[in-house]
Amino acid sequence: MEELLEILNGLHPDVDFETKESLVDGKILDSFDIVSLIAEINDTFDVAITAKDIIPENFNSAKALYALIQRLEEEA
Amino acid sequence: MEHRKKMQNVIKAGGSALVVLVTLVFLQRLLVPKYVDDVVEGAFIAEYYEEEKDFDVIFIGDCEVYENFSPAVLWQEYGINSYIRGSAQQYIWQSYYLLEDTLRYEVPKVLVFNVLSLQYNESQREAYNRMTLEGMEWSLPKVKAILASMKPEEEFLDYVFPLLRYHSRWSELTGADVQYLFATKQVTHNGYYMRVDVKAAGDVPGVRVLGDYNFGENAWEYLDKMRRLCAGKGIQLVLVKAPSLYPYWYPEWEDQVEEYAAEHGLRYINFLELQEETGIDYDTDTYDGGLHMNLSGAEKLSRYLGRMLSEELGVPDRRGEEALTGRWDAKLAAYEAEKQAQYAYYDMEEP
Amino acid sequence: MLFTSYGFLGFVAVVLVLYYVLPRKYQWGLLLAASYIFYFFAGPVYLLYIFVTTVTIYFAACKIGQNEETQTVYLKIHKAKLSREEKKTYKEAQKKIRRRWILAGILFNMGILAVVKYTNFAIANVNGLLGAMGREGRLSFLDLALPLGISFYTFQAVGYLIDVYRGTVQAERNLFRFALFVSFFPQVVQGPISRFGDLSETLYKEHPFEGRTVSYGLQRMLFGYFKKMVIADRILVGVNAIIGDTGQYAGAYVLVGMLFYALELYADFTGGIDITIGIAETLGIRLTENFERPYFSRSLKEFWRRWHITMGTWFRDYIFYPLSVSKPMQKFTRFSRSHFGEMVGRRLPVYLASFTVWFATGIWHGASWNFVVWGLGNWVVLMVSESLEPVYEWFHGRFGAGGKGYQLFQVARTFLLVACLRLFDCYRSVPVTFQMFGSLLSARNWHILWDGSLLNLGLTMLDFCILALGTVVLVAVSLLGRKGSVRDRIARKPYPVRFVLWYGLFLVVLLMGAYGIGYDASQFIYNQF
Repeated sequence: MEELLEILNGLHPDVDFETKESLVDGKILDSFDIVSLIAEINDTFDVAITAKDIIPENFNSAKALYALIQRLEEEA
Repeated sequence: MEHRKKMQNVIKAGGSALVVLVTLVFLQRLLVPKYVDDVVEGAFIAEYYEEEKDFDVIFIGDCEVYENFSPAVLWQEYGINSYIRGSAQQYIWQSYYLLEDTLRYEVPKVLVFNVLSLQYNESQREAYNRMTLEGMEWSLPKVKAILASMKPEEEFLDYVFPLLRYHSRWSELTGADVQYLFATKQVTHNGYYMRVDVKAAGDVPGVRVLGDYNFGENAWEYLDKMRRLCAGKGIQLVLVKAPSLYPYWYPEWEDQVEEYAAEHGLRYINFLELQEETGIDYDTDTYDGGLHMNLSGAEKLSRYLGRMLSEELGVPDRRGEEALTGRWDAKLAAYEAEKQAQYAYYDMEEP
Repeated sequence: MLFTSYGFLGFVAVVLVLYYVLPRKYQWGLLLAASYIFYFFAGPVYLLYIFVTTVTIYFAACKIGQNEETQTVYLKIHKAKLSREEKKTYKEAQKKIRRRWILAGILFNMGILAVVKYTNFAIANVNGLLGAMGREGRLSFLDLALPLGISFYTFQAVGYLIDVYRGTVQAERNLFRFALFVSFFPQVVQGPISRFGDLSETLYKEHPFEGRTVSYGLQRMLFGYFKKMVIADRILVGVNAIIGDTGQYAGAYVLVGMLFYALELYADFTGGIDITIGIAETLGIRLTENFERPYFSRSLKEFWRRWHITMGTWFRDYIFYPLSVSKPMQKFTRFSRSHFGEMVGRRLPVYLASFTVWFATGIWHGASWNFVVWGLGNWVVLMVSESLEPVYEWFHGRFGAGGKGYQLFQVARTFLLVACLRLFDCYRSVPVTFQMFGSLLSARNWHILWDGSLLNLGLTMLDFCILALGTVVLVAVSLLGRKGSVRDRIARKPYPVRFVLWYGLFLVVLLMGAYGIGYDASQFIYNQF
């Protein structure tokens, strides 16, 4: 989780990712952010987030995103 | 409580419907062209319905009938009760359905039809369609006339609700549109469109060579229908060609009509060949250089035709009928009044 | 059938009445029949195209769905016996099968689209190339009819297939239900491009008659007709005059044309979508919104999130994301980051994926180079402003920009930018566009703006007044719309007020709408994309 927050803060230092619950629906993360985010997460956590995982529910909060990573880690 | 609410809803719905209906009717009346000044040709067809319909002679056709024959003269000199159902560039299918429409009310003894419209095998202009068809009262013949006349870009619905057709006229409204919102003004004399002014025939435009001189199949078909309908009802059909110098009446066309008339035993009068008998003088009897007759020309033609109608076709002299004479007296007064008004307008002496 | 033809309105009226008169279980069946009748009137041959797309996608999706099921069942039964490795191998093998089906489905249907839409474009380019090389021979063009709305329904169907593959939605087992999804008549002409997951929620449901839904739908349709017939079709005359004579209408006229076209396209496209969504609403069916007050956007990026939304999200979800997170692209990311440094390296792959999307967006709008250049023009502006974001932030921080005035400036700037790029769309030729843009920059004929020259474009003073008032209405409705539904707001007013408002709007459309003889009933601009 710490690592994930670090990546997120790298993208938007001004956003408090720990509490925000609507990163996508609130238009904080745009498609470019999401793509860079995925590249970093895939590298850092050694998972493979694919296009089908890119739905708002997975990216709306750091918590959801972390859950996704954990799920993918389990599957792999 | 429940009941009151229901009542309220009924009142709301009823009131709204009423407002919608009234505004739409009002707008439609306001926006349709009135044809009372400038272009009056669109008003002709509708005027027939106001008449006592027991005419012995009915004319049907385009400007070749409504500018060239004066029912007033036919009455005055021969006691013939006649009416012209004419309109601008009336196509032959429209003429046919106007005949069907007329037969809903009366069966005349003689039908006079002008053959120039045989040249058109299909409608040429939407505006002319409207000027003929809009005046017709709703009936099966009207529906058939519309369907036979519509150009590809036209919609039947535009005839049902003329508001749709003229919706954009609001920016061109004039005083006449308000004045004649619910009133009409008589513009013809039993269908005759009077003009007293004179413009001598000068140079007539050169004759255009046509690719095909044969009248179209569609046009022939309607002439056949007209002939058969007349035969069935015992109406004598008379074909006429007005003495107009232009549009040019081709010899090839003349041949076809003569042949048709001969084949079916119809009377055909070509006034172009009767200049001597009618006494038409192209210096004084036309108001637009030979296209149409003026009053003087029309009265000459009427005298000629009237004699033929009463002597050869036996159309009765009805001057003895009291009621009819009464109606005609009023008509003749209006006829005379307009004549004088026009002479004054054009600053002319009555010849 | 044009949206503005009597025939279409009559058709909708008949469908609407039957829809609520028939037993509710036949509702969606009626819509399917209506959609195919609608398509038949558009062109009987088109039916074949949409039918083939429907059947092939349906079949591929079913295959994928079945495979998924087989896999689940197999794994459940053999859970105990299989090792982790074996399970993985089995899964891989099954996935390969599914991949084969999806590829076949996409390639076949995109292939049809490509052939009917792009063959002649390709031939023209080959011929150009042959000419440039001094060769004699020329390929002859194909005479193919472009089926109505083929881009829209193909995209919608392909999107569904991808969703099934991804497991986002279940494969629809009923061919007829699926056929309705592909052919639903209000949206087949110009979108919106719906997702199966969204549309299927309301499309197949039984909808009891609800006065409010029906009247809201009719209100939305009416407003759409207002936009389209009173504004778009009126100003179209001026747009065509300016575009049609580049010799006479240069310089300041180009600006006028740009502004006219911005209004025309907005009123026409959003109006058409209002009609579409309105019709669906009267049937109790909810379609995805396609616009969100796009001209209030403060950047081009924002604009593209708010204009033709369903197309943008389609390209994003089905091209941009898969491409940017694909394995080769991930590799390329690592490569570029290690070679070009963090800043550039991280952006490069995104820009590449984005380039592909904008190329596709361009060519989707029309099979010619001007649309490609238009698409790539958008891409360039987006990438430049993305790269300069730190500069902007510094600037905003430094000068404290962010107030109302600055926001207004941003809105105006974005609007002009969009309008400028659209010149490629207007003039339909890249060299002409550059030439006309050049003439605008060096314009000296600014006097035409006030000396009455604008009255020679086929628009009268009265037309300009109507357009100005119409624009005020559009802006006002948009502003009000930011604070919630305008229709709700009107619905709360007393009955006489509501009646006067809606009936008044109806009369405005009736009297001031461009329809019937004397006007060219213009086809929707987005008609055959």
